[in-house]
Amino acid sequence: MLELTDVEAGYGRTRVLHGVTVPAGKVVAVLGHNGAGKTTLLRLAIGLIKPAKGRVLFDGEDVSSLPPNKRVARGMAYVPQGQQSFGQLTTLENLQLVAGGRRRGRALIDAQLARFPALEKFAARKAGLLSGGQRQQLAIARALITEPRLLILDEPTEGIQPTIVAEIEQTIVQLAGEGIHVLLVEQHIGFALEAAERYVVLASGFVTQNGEGGSAAAATVRAAMAI
Amino acid sequence: MDALIPQLLNGSAQGALLLLAALGLSLTFGQMGVINMAHGEFLMLGAFTAYLVQQVIAAGDLSIPVALPVAFAGAGLFGLLLEVTIIRWMYRRPLDTLLVTVGVSLILQQAALQIFPSQGVPVEKPGWLDGQLNVLGYGWPLRQVFTIALAAVCVTALSAWLKYTSFGRRIRATVHNRDLAETTGISTRSIDRLTFFVGSGLAGIAGVAASLIGGTNSQMGAQYIIPAFLVVAAGGIGQLKGTIIAAWAVGVALSCFAYWTTGSLAQVLAFILVIVFLQVRPQGLFTVRTRSLA
Repeated sequence: MLELTDVEAGYGRTRVLHGVTVPAGKVVAVLGHNGAGKTTLLRLAIGLIKPAKGRVLFDGEDVSSLPPNKRVARGMAYVPQGQQSFGQLTTLENLQLVAGGRRRGRALIDAQLARFPALEKFAARKAGLLSGGQRQQLAIARALITEPRLLILDEPTEGIQPTIVAEIEQTIVQLAGEGIHVLLVEQHIGFALEAAERYVVLASGFVTQNGEGGSAAAATVRAAMAI
Repeated sequence: MDALIPQLLNGSAQGALLLLAALGLSLTFGQMGVINMAHGEFLMLGAFTAYLVQQVIAAGDLSIPVALPVAFAGAGLFGLLLEVTIIRWMYRRPLDTLLVTVGVSLILQQAALQIFPSQGVPVEKPGWLDGQLNVLGYGWPLRQVFTIALAAVCVTALSAWLKYTSFGRRIRATVHNRDLAETTGISTRSIDRLTFFVGSGLAGIAGVAASLIGGTNSQMGAQYIIPAFLVVAAGGIGQLKGTIIAAWAVGVALSCFAYWTTGSLAQVLAFILVIVFLQVRPQGLFTVRTRSLA
């Protein structure tokens, strides 16, 4: 569904990604140490930065020059790092923001509130006042209201209490089971490889290893990452 | 006490006019961070629109109600044009925006001078604004009451629009986190244009109100722009509630100082007060409470 071929990208004159290729797959995990270029790769995938070279293909279409909102309209959704939400809007307004222009808007919101019951409890609370875990659930719910075919997740369990981490991991597996493709950056290598069909390992902006996912790949990946 | 009531009432009307001038800025400056020095000239466009509408509509009583939406649309379209042609290239360059919009304001002033007499034009008060409202023995001019009512309607409409409509939520989201808004599916470019249209349109409405209180001439925008910026900053950037309180406080201070001293000294004293206040509380009256940065 999403394929990146030989992309180079960065910020200003600083090149961060060098000839990176990410194959299509149902769940693709992007692994690597801090500063390897994982977040830059996801920002490139959703269109927040443009490639200096190479192509971003979504369903066979070259979306390299499309802005993020048009990629979302084509079926991509993005959950950025750091539990980002619109802090001055309430939980419900965060969801209405996305559901507003859609035909089944209310039903889509209800479906996500059913998926994350904590959000229903705090529907009237400003998102900036939610806990980190609740904000992350809100970010995922907001992305899912767009009814994506591909969900891009940047470290969805980072800095979140263990009970909610388990819930989020379960949600990701469930979404993949529902047929949504996932591009996942995750520090929790065990979970990422277990969920992934394919994986790539990044180091200093280069792909140093790639292969098929599954728990059996964990030892190889850990060795490559020298963990 | 006898002197206090007229000053409070006059000051409230001055504050309402300042609020109308600042309301559009609370969107374009407060929400979008654009320092648009031509905002005062959009107000001037609104005032000249009131004059032109009076030339077309013979029935004087109807001219102001007709002029209000026309001024909103006219000033809004000028704002939109400015955004599309110039501002859009300068969103992350505030100093350049300031300089360029000062240039635009000078061009608009000169254009007004070419079209209208340099001494200005008269905007006639409609019959229904003649007369006074008796408040505790003081005859409060109806045009002042009208300015306050107009400001109240505009604030209520703007608040409701921002709070309850899909467009309003999109504007607030874009202001809060542009990248996140874009990746949520919002076309932030469309939101920028719409925000600028509404912000500039509100200046047009302020211009109609100003034309009923003071003179309508090419220099009138310059008279409002700095006070309006100070009001937005003192209220707290992006905080409508703060803008309302700051505008009222500055209006009343201006009126009281003018009573005790002179009109021009009152301006100086009121703005010294605002500047001292901003030194003590640079974030303004209100700030956003949040557990996270995002």
